[in-house]
Amino acid sequence: MKILLIAESREGKLLGSCYELMAFAEKMAAETAMVLVGSDSALPRFAGKLYLADATAVGEYNPDAHKQLILDVVAKEQADMVVFSHSSYGWDLAPRIAFAMKAAQISEVVDVVDGTMVVPVCNAKLRRDVTVKTAKTVVTLQAGAFGLAEEPTAAPTVEPIRVEAGGKVRFTGYEQAEIGGVDLGKAKIIVSAGRGIGKPENVAMIAALAKALGGEYGASRPVVDSEWVEHNRQVGTTGQTVAPKLYIACGISGAIQHLAGMKKSEFIVAVNTDKDAPIGDVADVLVVADLKQFVPLLTEKIQAL
Amino acid sequence: MKILVCIKQVPDMESKFKVDAGGTWYAKTDLAWRMNEYDEYAVEQAVQLKEQEKDGDLTVLCIGSEKVKETMKKALAMGCDRGAHITDEEVSGKEPYQIAGIIAEYAKDKNFDLIFTGMQSQDRGSAQVGILVAEMLGIPGITTVVRFAFKDGVVDVKRELEGGIKACVSVNAPAVITCQLGLNTPRYPTLPNIMKAKKKELLSTPVQELLKVEARQETAKMYFPEKKGGGLVLEGDAAALADQLIKILKEKTAVLS
Ligand SMILES: Cc1cc2nc3c(=O)[nH]c(=O)nc-3n(C[C@H](O)[C@H](O)[C@H](O)COP(=O)(O)OP(=O)(O)OC[C@H]3O[C@@H](n4cnc5c(N)ncnc54)[C@H](O)[C@@H]3O)c2cc1C
Ligand SMILES: Nc1ncnc2c1ncn2[C@@H]1O[C@H](COP(=O)(O)O)[C@@H](O)[C@H]1O
Repeated sequence: MKILLIAESREGKLLGSCYELMAFAEKMAAETAMVLVGSDSALPRFAGKLYLADATAVGEYNPDAHKQLILDVVAKEQADMVVFSHSSYGWDLAPRIAFAMKAAQISEVVDVVDGTMVVPVCNAKLRRDVTVKTAKTVVTLQAGAFGLAEEPTAAPTVEPIRVEAGGKVRFTGYEQAEIGGVDLGKAKIIVSAGRGIGKPENVAMIAALAKALGGEYGASRPVVDSEWVEHNRQVGTTGQTVAPKLYIACGISGAIQHLAGMKKSEFIVAVNTDKDAPIGDVADVLVVADLKQFVPLLTEKIQAL
Repeated sequence: MKILVCIKQVPDMESKFKVDAGGTWYAKTDLAWRMNEYDEYAVEQAVQLKEQEKDGDLTVLCIGSEKVKETMKKALAMGCDRGAHITDEEVSGKEPYQIAGIIAEYAKDKNFDLIFTGMQSQDRGSAQVGILVAEMLGIPGITTVVRFAFKDGVVDVKRELEGGIKACVSVNAPAVITCQLGLNTPRYPTLPNIMKAKKKELLSTPVQELLKVEARQETAKMYFPEKKGGGLVLEGDAAALADQLIKILKEKTAVLS
């Protein structure tokens, strides 16, 4: 079995997720080769062949060109499987590659058990084992699901590849995330509001608890998308990654993209009416309660200490 | 201008799930059903575009049982002009390649200028259908869109990347756009629009007429993940819970000292 690993680079930097791809391949006990549209000044440590295209020539986002580059290498390496991260890059490209290879695509793999891929269902409340009926397979891996015991030290054997840069989609540049205001990364205590707060007026009770504890308040994405809380307080893959001493998640279900931003917190408390909410998997304490009752009570009692 | 928006009916994610008798999907009984969250953004964007373009004509498509018509009626009340219901009592067994195949077969000779889908479905979460439809129709597809504008046949969008960075991208219609959270604020259907929606066309086509591709994968087994354990679950009276939690925080963390 030969697996082709697709590394990613963003704004000239190699993303560390390439080591997760290697960990997956190790678990599959497969031969590997790697493709990167990036730069020869930011190479992954990888004991194998790296097919490298220059991102300044091809464009970091150019689905038609990246697809062609990957398919050329698939043909050359006779790859049985192509592996991406389940990221903005991976979920954009993987179906294009799967379609061209007449392959089944298994999305967001979290585990491999005796060669069977396991994926989450319904916000990780359930899981399923997937079997494919095609000769070739394309896989995307959930961020953080696979890790190497040790980072490799070897340097890859680089083989340059190129393709016509054209394509139907025109990439005109990046827009940076807004910065400024609070720096959640510095807060020792964070109390976060999720969609379970129900209405914007209830942000105040979350902020009050944070204040009583001497911390900052944060939020899950839907609360930010609804403009109840500003973006620089969003915790998760498309917001900030935090690791405070105490993280209290109020009315947050625990989607993987939120967990990715806070699961390294030292102590995690979740307040949720749903005893089965996935946030329970990472919480040290799950308080099964209506936050609208519980949070003001807790705040009062803490203020009285 | 012809627009298509594809929606899926999914269970409310706060439901109590059970695995069905076959052991390969969740049981469909005792669940509250709604429009896939990502598809609400897709419908809203499609309706806004239709309102912007004077000759806009918007079809909403959904593959599923009779019951999905309830969700389609919401899309019609939000402003879609007609519904294309693809009747399929076995839709939960269809994998993304088949779903995309059905949509592409429906769309292939209808010359849609734009097709909107959700970035992913909340239950299956494959994030494949939109791009597969684009590939099958041979038109460009752009994923995870959080800003959308259309002018003179050109689509200008922002794709959301990790960490909140956005990639600015443009493409000529026809194209497929997959919609991400935060693209817009989906409207609530008003009562007059709910009444109007009842008179809109909602035609059903049996799935057999459109399903021309074979499944490429299947679910061998569905189950609950093992609880990672360790976590303490506190239940009971709110005031007592607050006291319990304070005690734990004092013992286990240094934040209250
Ligand atoms: C590419 C991508 C990137 C993303 N990036 C992020 C990100 O950076 N950050 C992020 O947070 N999300 C992100 N998301 C969204 C993520 O998938 C979830 O949709 C989101 O985290 C859900 O937010 P939530 O938990 O607040 O809401 P929900 O999932 O709706 O959960 C609400 C919770 O509140 C509970 N609840 C309801 N009422 C009460 C009450 N009265 N008292 C107590 N509990 C109550 C419910 O039981 C439920 O568990 C991203 C998604 C994608 C696809
Ligand atoms: N049964 C269905 N009927 C219509 N559209 C669907 C269906 N299933 C998925 N889709 C569309 O495809 C998108 C992505 O789904 P998925 O690839 O399953 O994550 C959804 O957001 C919908 O727009």
